[in-house]
Amino acid sequence: MVLVVVVVLLIIGTVLFHFLSPWYLTPLASNWDTIDLTIDVTFWVTGLVFIVVNSFMAWAIYKYRYDKNRRAEYEPENKKLEWILTGFTAVGVAAMLAPGLFVWAEFVTVPEDAHEVEVVGQQWHWSFRYPGKDGKFGAVESRYVSEDNPFGMEKDDPNGQDDVLIFSPTLHVPINKPLKMNLRSKDVLHNVAVAQFRVKMDMVPGLVSYLWFEPIKLGEYEILCEELCGIGHHTMRGMVVVDEQEDFDAWLDSQPTYAEILGTPKGDPQIGQAQYAACAACHGFQGEGNPLMNAPKIAGQEGWYIRRQIEYFKTGVRGAHPSDEFGAQMAPMAMTLIDDAAVNNVIAYIDTLPQVDSPQTVEGDVERGKDIYTTCGHCHGYEGEGVFAVNAPHLAMDDWYLVRQLKNFRDGVRGAHRDDKYGMQMAMMAAILQDDQRINDVVAYINTLPGPQGDMGAASVASRE
Amino acid sequence: MSDVTHDALDYVPPLEVEEEELYHAKTWLGKYVFCQDAKVIAIQYSLTAIGIGVVALVLSLLMRLQLGFPHEFSIIDPSNYLQFVTMHGMIMVIYLLTALFLGGFGNYLIPLMVGARDMVFPYVNMISYWVYLVAVLVLVASFFVPGGATGAGWTLYPPQAISPGTPGIDGGIILMLVSLALFIIGFTMGGLNYVVTVLQARTRGMSLMRMPLTIWGIFMATVLALLAFPALFVSAIMMLLDKLIGTSFFMPAMISLGEQTSFDGGSPILFQHLFWFFGHPEVYIVALPAFGIVSDVLSVHARKAIFGYRMMVWAIVAIGALSFIVWAHHMYVSGMNPYFGFFFATTTLIIAVPTAIKVYNWVLTLWRGNIKLTVPMIFAIGFIFTFINGGITGLFLGNVTIDLPLSDTYFVIAHFHMVMAVSPVLVVFAAIYHWYPKITGKFMDDTLGQWHFWLTFLGSYAIYLPMHYLGFEGIPRRYFAYGETDFMSASAADLNAAITIAAFVVAFGQLFFFWNLFISYFRGKEAGGNPWEATTLEWQTPHTPPRHGNFDDLPLVYRWAYDYSVPGVEQDYVPQNVSPAEAENLGKGGGEQPT
Repeated sequence: MVLVVVVVLLIIGTVLFHFLSPWYLTPLASNWDTIDLTIDVTFWVTGLVFIVVNSFMAWAIYKYRYDKNRRAEYEPENKKLEWILTGFTAVGVAAMLAPGLFVWAEFVTVPEDAHEVEVVGQQWHWSFRYPGKDGKFGAVESRYVSEDNPFGMEKDDPNGQDDVLIFSPTLHVPINKPLKMNLRSKDVLHNVAVAQFRVKMDMVPGLVSYLWFEPIKLGEYEILCEELCGIGHHTMRGMVVVDEQEDFDAWLDSQPTYAEILGTPKGDPQIGQAQYAACAACHGFQGEGNPLMNAPKIAGQEGWYIRRQIEYFKTGVRGAHPSDEFGAQMAPMAMTLIDDAAVNNVIAYIDTLPQVDSPQTVEGDVERGKDIYTTCGHCHGYEGEGVFAVNAPHLAMDDWYLVRQLKNFRDGVRGAHRDDKYGMQMAMMAAILQDDQRINDVVAYINTLPGPQGDMGAASVASRE
Repeated sequence: MSDVTHDALDYVPPLEVEEEELYHAKTWLGKYVFCQDAKVIAIQYSLTAIGIGVVALVLSLLMRLQLGFPHEFSIIDPSNYLQFVTMHGMIMVIYLLTALFLGGFGNYLIPLMVGARDMVFPYVNMISYWVYLVAVLVLVASFFVPGGATGAGWTLYPPQAISPGTPGIDGGIILMLVSLALFIIGFTMGGLNYVVTVLQARTRGMSLMRMPLTIWGIFMATVLALLAFPALFVSAIMMLLDKLIGTSFFMPAMISLGEQTSFDGGSPILFQHLFWFFGHPEVYIVALPAFGIVSDVLSVHARKAIFGYRMMVWAIVAIGALSFIVWAHHMYVSGMNPYFGFFFATTTLIIAVPTAIKVYNWVLTLWRGNIKLTVPMIFAIGFIFTFINGGITGLFLGNVTIDLPLSDTYFVIAHFHMVMAVSPVLVVFAAIYHWYPKITGKFMDDTLGQWHFWLTFLGSYAIYLPMHYLGFEGIPRRYFAYGETDFMSASAADLNAAITIAAFVVAFGQLFFFWNLFISYFRGKEAGGNPWEATTLEWQTPHTPPRHGNFDDLPLVYRWAYDYSVPGVEQDYVPQNVSPAEAENLGKGGGEQPT
């Protein structure tokens, strides 16, 4: 009879768990209360069935427990009872299906007044595009995608010139306006999902899918990728910021259009050289770095990576953590580069500095390091050459600097700032290096890699095929 | 009320064809290794399936360690996690459950229960096992090639399955696809046997509507598999071509880690349609044999005819047929034309009706029964409970609207494990405890069986019930770690830790089973020929375990499989091969039945 008691306890326990569970739908932030309602209806119908059928079963097991002096009834069939049960089930199913289909009809029909944004997925990164003043998206093509044209814009399409391109994974949207998201992917499958909005949809290379919702609450909401897209799937995060209309307008105006991006002047190394004097004090005149000053080598580092780090230092995204004492030294220095032009100039100058090999100072087990590096290689390249498309810099950096940064990432000193979207990804990956020895091992292995000097880029991707 | 629902009692058709001489092995190797006897093949299938299933179980524990205690143990990295996700799923669904239910139980039970000496094509049946074994070995080999096993998820969705950024895009995925193709080839040879044996080799009097539901379940599942696996076969071949010679069946023009690729014009969604055209019937390939077996176990141990036999048969057939038009409910948010949602949500919820009928009829079989709570019986009852739970959550996911928030979250994981892992596995255990006495002549130990049941049943419920609620919160599946996720409550991590502990309890519980399986073979209580006093033919064999050829003279069948507690007959069961004349005297002064 233990079984009867346990079944009864499980029924009660399940119902209690449902009502007491602290884990349930997140507070709704979109118009889709009808989805929540459909869930409620389904809970009531199925909950009733769960309780009734299981209780009946428990009662039957108790009532008709074995007794050698009794015989079971011989009743192979009871047509009437079976049809009644079938009828009830059909009614219950219809009661759940009907609201489901009505809400789905709403979901597939985008309101006339919805405004549009394009969400672009790529391995472990989100970017966004607004159609600009003309309300029309410019044409895009997969084969136009390159480092200079990450959206794959068709250069001559007049509709595309005023498109607003947002390469960072943070999207702003106005409150109380239906928003249609056009979804596309540059590489593999992705899925854009915001728990508080309830809706999600896959992004498929080769086609444009869509979803729509109307944000009804100001705030920041995390975007997660919910279709397995490779090793960095769990780090593919973004943010939707729901603004008042005027805040949104101001934000949108501050973002560059495609034409503006095309028109941005390149940095001038001549001017940059003068500005570099301040950097040289620590990083060395050839950008070779100086371990005594805790200044890493910067010669040979990718411009896009240096630009982002300078931005981060300037805005307190990096170097503001109390335990990041060396980052704190860099932050005020970065402030001396007052505008984008200054940053571009100094980067242009750094680009002219000769790449030199760093001395090897870290010892570790190269074989074990190689094993660990299989995870790293997916983003940083199997030769450590760096892959722009996944925002991963090359690793021909000073090894002592790599060790320190890996510890910073792991310990939440770097990459923990809300706006450090890429550092966050590295932090989640560095979590596998809980043991300091593992850090030394992997860095020792990185020391053996050719880095960007080697047979790099496309060639190394091809070599893995 | 009690109108006769089965075929007229005493009709046995005349013999139409002479029996053919059975092939008899002459060597030790032919008897025990390259054996053509379905019973030996069944054991070979079962042991191989359970062996590889244990590997998959260990993989799941390693994943649970990472999820419950992130980075504490540093045993697996993100690549391993995805590889284990993939291999765990694929092994459990195909190489364990499909192989065990059809290759294992199918082979053992079909000839015995329909009154045949063996499968119709014993030689092909033997080849079926050896091809299956090679498929398993190829699968295992994929762990050891450079780059390791594929980490594409068990659904193997392209483009990611063969694109950089995913583990195992070289040897791993190739061996996986080759292994699947081999499995399907092997299965087809076995499957044709099961179908033809059921249709052509039933003994005289065993009409279709007298067959035990176990056979109906396995038969229908095999038909589904023969129709569904080819879809997987072609997708495996096409993906191999995409991978090896750069065709573009599933690969569109796309970028890969910033580099242009030469693919153009393929459709990732086409793969999903093919995969789920196989994948959804696959759910029922596993479920239908479980439905059948549990019906028989319930009936035997409740000493009562299965309730609504005809409805049960038609429900199996209806579910089987409907299972081919619901597949895209796995793809509501795949980016396919969203208008499909209306159709597939409707078909999916309709399938709930025959499924619910089955549940009602199981429960109504207990009603007014005389229930012996033996170990197989408690497993069967445990199944009803978990299956109700898992079926109900299917109504959430099948309803296209609710799938929007829940798709790709832990709710999905909880749902399909409850309905497709816990439930069928409880039936597997019920079946093993039930038929072990026939296979070995010994009972399995009762105390060990009770321990095994309670740890498995309560442990599994503790894993999967709360997991649904993580899904409601929006926590996505296939994440190696969660890091800082805004909407995730801090206590979700505690719950994950608790779930991991429960998973280890369940795994520990299996030790009782394996020990029992082993020790009972040597020290189990002698069971005799028909220990549960069951009516079906496998319990009426002259020898236990049944010898090659199963029966001396083939039995004649006079009645359906569920004559328990028949009014007017003193003994509370009448075997299928007992004629009406003999039945009158059953239990009257005859020898005592062994208990």
